[in-house]
Amino acid sequence: MPCINASGELTESARKILTAMDRPAPLPQIAAHAELPLYRIRSAARELAQAGLVSESQDEWQITAAGRAALERKLLAA
Amino acid sequence: METALMQNHSLPRLGQPAPLFEAETTHGTLRLEDFRGSWLILFSHPADFTPVCTTEFVAFAEIAPELRKRGVELCGLSIDSTFSHIAWVRNIEHNFGVKIPFPVIADLNKEVASLYGMIMPGESKTETSRCLFVIDPNGILRAMIYYPLSTGRNTQEVLRLIDALQATDKFGIATPANWKPGEKVIVPPPRTVEDADQRMKAGFDTKDWYFSKKAV
Repeated sequence: MPCINASGELTESARKILTAMDRPAPLPQIAAHAELPLYRIRSAARELAQAGLVSESQDEWQITAAGRAALERKLLAA
Repeated sequence: METALMQNHSLPRLGQPAPLFEAETTHGTLRLEDFRGSWLILFSHPADFTPVCTTEFVAFAEIAPELRKRGVELCGLSIDSTFSHIAWVRNIEHNFGVKIPFPVIADLNKEVASLYGMIMPGESKTETSRCLFVIDPNGILRAMIYYPLSTGRNTQEVLRLIDALQATDKFGIATPANWKPGEKVIVPPPRTVEDADQRMKAGFDTKDWYFSKKAV
């Protein structure tokens, strides 16, 4: 899994993407912000949404409260 | 049964939508539609940790920045596991100093290979041949190249092919044999007698009514 590793922790790219989803934005804008290819962002968005860490509304994606908590846990541990 | 399964799939056709897939890759689970809006080069190789394939991966990695400038993504495929792919791309980086920047599909169940007709039973029933598919931003299959197991591909030709396809889309032209960017292109031939008469006066580099070139 590119976003959540075998230990259940956020990967480096997942942290970048979650940070880029701080405000609602379309995926191409998130890709530019995270400096990752758009295909990676689309794939990651699906995975993060399944985990409840991001949500989508009208083609704009944003981090959820659970996503913020996961991000902060990882940042504290880093 | 496996042979029957492979025979049930028709080969993909130029100008038609590329077969949809969802696959495990070295960059996570990817679907064809994840590449929508970009050009995609989907290519197969026979097996990880083999010499010709290693030279090809190095060569594709070397043209990846040029492809990215043209809005093109790469995606490799073979009938190997994700773990094998990971070990191989790490080995390439270790031995050749080249980081593989593109995902590689682990097609252990041959699902994508069968959809795209990548297995040539006359060559091998367990390995994909050297197939390459160019898929445009709308998901339409625009070009296919098939090479045998023994022969590594020419990545400069792949770049040239992309340049030619993109020039065709941008200018509504065709490209002559061995064309390279900057050279004159072919003006599509007239379809009527009236247009043929007009073509002779149109100011193109015209050899005859059906053969005109122009700069773009």
